[in-house]
Amino acid sequence: MFALRRPSVLPGFGPTLGFALFYLSLIVLIPLAGLFFKSAELGWEGFVRAVSTPRVLASFRLTFGAAFLAALLNAFVGFLVAWVLTRYRFPGRRVIDGLVDLPFALPTAVAGIALATLYAPNGWIGSILDKVGIKVAYTPAGVWVALVFISLPFVVRTIQPVLQDLEPEIEEASASLGARRWQTWLYVIIPVLLPAMITGFSLAFARALGEYGSVIFIAGNLPFRSEIVPLLIFVQLEQYNYAGAAAIATVMLMASFILLLIINVLQRWTARRHGAD
Amino acid sequence: MGQATPRLLRPPPPTTEPFAVKWALIGTAVLFMLLFLVMPLAAVLSEAFSRGIGTYWAAITDPYTLKSVRLTLLVAAISVPLNVAFGMTAAWAIAKFEFVGKSVLITLIDLPFSVSPVIAGLIYVLMFGAQGWIGPWLIDHDIRIVFAVPGLIVATTFVTFPFVAREMIPLMQDQGTDEEEAAILLGASGWQTFWRVTLPNAKWALLYGVLLCNARAMGEFGAVAVVSGHVRGVTTTMPLQIEMLYNEYKFAASFAVASLLALLAVVTLVVKATLEWRFGEELAAVHRAPGGKV
Amino acid sequence: MERNSRMGGRFRNWIAAAVVALGALSPAGAGAQALLNVSYDPTRELYEAINKAFVADWKAKTGQTITVNQAHGGSGAQARAVIDGLEADVVTLALAYDLDVIAARGLFPADWQKRLPQNSTPYTSTIVFLVKKGNPKAIKDWGDLTRAGVQVITPNPKTSGGARWNYLAAWAWALKQPGGTEAKAKAFVQALYKNVPVLDTGARGSTVTFAQRGLGDVLLAWENEAFLALDEFGKDKFDIVVPSFSILAEPPVALVDKNVDKHKTRVLAEAYLNFLYTPAAQKIIASKHYRPRDTAAANPADLALLPKLDLIAIDDPVFGGWAKAQATHFADGGVFDQIYAGAR
Repeated sequence: MFALRRPSVLPGFGPTLGFALFYLSLIVLIPLAGLFFKSAELGWEGFVRAVSTPRVLASFRLTFGAAFLAALLNAFVGFLVAWVLTRYRFPGRRVIDGLVDLPFALPTAVAGIALATLYAPNGWIGSILDKVGIKVAYTPAGVWVALVFISLPFVVRTIQPVLQDLEPEIEEASASLGARRWQTWLYVIIPVLLPAMITGFSLAFARALGEYGSVIFIAGNLPFRSEIVPLLIFVQLEQYNYAGAAAIATVMLMASFILLLIINVLQRWTARRHGAD
Repeated sequence: MGQATPRLLRPPPPTTEPFAVKWALIGTAVLFMLLFLVMPLAAVLSEAFSRGIGTYWAAITDPYTLKSVRLTLLVAAISVPLNVAFGMTAAWAIAKFEFVGKSVLITLIDLPFSVSPVIAGLIYVLMFGAQGWIGPWLIDHDIRIVFAVPGLIVATTFVTFPFVAREMIPLMQDQGTDEEEAAILLGASGWQTFWRVTLPNAKWALLYGVLLCNARAMGEFGAVAVVSGHVRGVTTTMPLQIEMLYNEYKFAASFAVASLLALLAVVTLVVKATLEWRFGEELAAVHRAPGGKV
Repeated sequence: MERNSRMGGRFRNWIAAAVVALGALSPAGAGAQALLNVSYDPTRELYEAINKAFVADWKAKTGQTITVNQAHGGSGAQARAVIDGLEADVVTLALAYDLDVIAARGLFPADWQKRLPQNSTPYTSTIVFLVKKGNPKAIKDWGDLTRAGVQVITPNPKTSGGARWNYLAAWAWALKQPGGTEAKAKAFVQALYKNVPVLDTGARGSTVTFAQRGLGDVLLAWENEAFLALDEFGKDKFDIVVPSFSILAEPPVALVDKNVDKHKTRVLAEAYLNFLYTPAAQKIIASKHYRPRDTAAANPADLALLPKLDLIAIDDPVFGGWAKAQATHFADGGVFDQIYAGAR
């Protein structure tokens, strides 16, 4: 018989997987399937029309673009923060470490209001930027700022444990073999951390795609310019067009699923290769 | 290593960066954190106390605010344990066994991370709403889910769904199955093996997952807003109370309640730091444990 | 082992906490009658005052203690919540269109607007301008809003009921100008929205953007919201400008038959809606800067703040009622979408 799983002496595979699947179906899969059925009410043509109007396409561009750039910045800065927090000792380190989780705990609406307060032309940061002619609040840049804020913890918290696990012995070995510090970085540290960086980047990207609460306060929400996809879903709902809202939501959902799937496959692949080394 | 060189001539240790580079990195990281995290937090606090400590106290002891705090605690107290139970079972199945479709399963667990909160709320309205699939049946039997407390719990559970599982799976995968297999071969039951071997090894990930899950559960706004109905004092959690006060132009009061949630992040930090300090040795031992990643 | 038991203890504490919280949450005095009034954003202060008066009135008349629960949000979102199962006894929303949609789902009859006096709107309002103190940009009327260099703050008509009144007032003004045509009106609103730097999702969001963030030169607002902004943000900071012409905004109220029959609250809910038309309630309405239907009992000082101006109703042939106005202007591909697609 074709084996769906590798044999193991450990018990409990059936019940645990069964419960996990049951719970997953109840909370996530069945409700999400409902979304598909709702958007199917439109028929294929109606579905395509609903998700391909110029306005929807413009907001897809903005949402994916801003989320990508936010995740990209976070991939680097998040790596830097994780490195500094795990490798160096400096005053205030623990406080900074704790603050990384702030975007999780702060309701997204509060984050949005706080960021708008800061970056508005009369805010602490906005008034300084205003003098040099940079506008952040109520522009696409505002969307980006909000997304950087909410997605930062994902990168830091993904890279941190890997860095903690990275034995200093490897770097010592590299150094004792005559490698300069930059060579150790390039050939030893970065390759080990790359999978975690990519995972962190993707989680941040995925999270940023769906963000609503913090963005609407700082975005300006102008059609074709600073209108994000979740807002369009909201607009469809306001018109009592549930199927149209579900259609846009379905596209977002598929995009996230494919993105996350690629990452997870990639990660298992690198993990296996890593294990085989 | 050998004989001592005069201090000034000694190059930096080969496993760290030169002094200047190190502090430049620290400086950049701290600056970024100041700009993106500390400033918003400072803005929240400065707004919260802008009308003085009296207004602050009045805001957080307002009966409606207290009701919202109680409701938020209730919602978290139900949805977090549910997700812990799920996280532990899913981690056991995924981390300790090899089977077909694992990547898809993990991806499905991740999915709530990226689902827009508006969608998360919408799916439950589509299911349980009066115009939904099982909504009419529920109404006939006088069971209320959306626009009542159960809806808040379900939406929160959805949004915080991946946190515990996501923290536990990688760590348990890293630890492999050798210890568990040894325990089973020595005659322990599966249950004993899990409680005595697996869980102690994974308790840090579990704890960390619980903390994040809890923080997110209490702070969730978007999904909860869709299923709440905004009935003051009945279905308003803290984030909704914050929005409500803000919409009444009670900015100081609104930020005062928000500061309570920011405080939650600080409490999370203190709990984590204390545990790391008390059990730091153990933690290090777990990381270096035999059977771990080689 | 010891650690395990400690963990178990913590778990027990959690459960205990949950039980305590559940107990605390169960409605106090389940026997007492309660009404749920589902309303829109700007009426928070109004219904807070009216509910207090109604509860006292009911107690005096019947000896019963009742409670009135309030839910506020965007008008459309609130209507949707009622449709999806939020069990409102009465709805008091921003525009008749939202109530028509609820009626279409069978929660109350389609002729709901005839069941209470004056189109079921116990109070009205209109749209005025809020400008910075001293009116530095000299904004007097709708025509000034399209001038270069004037920034206008108004919410998104797709998500805000108030914003639809703003939009329709601008449209009607442009049509009424000498030689006004639909094409000219469209060009006018297009030019107006070109001057809008931020489209908030709700009226309150726009007020905050204008008053708190200091963005824009003029805020298009409900009259009552403009007065509230003066009270909240300081009379020394802003002025109200009343244009020559505006729209008669009629926020309607209705009894939700399906829910009151289920809750057995019909008598109470009817009394509540009728109370809105009493002199006592009309006085409160005027004091919160809405326009009362019955001015007899109102405080003359409150009435003096509400100037007479030329108002157009939604049933005017220019609009042809809400159903038509909604389809023409705000539906997908309607005039509002066209002006943005064209401006690109």
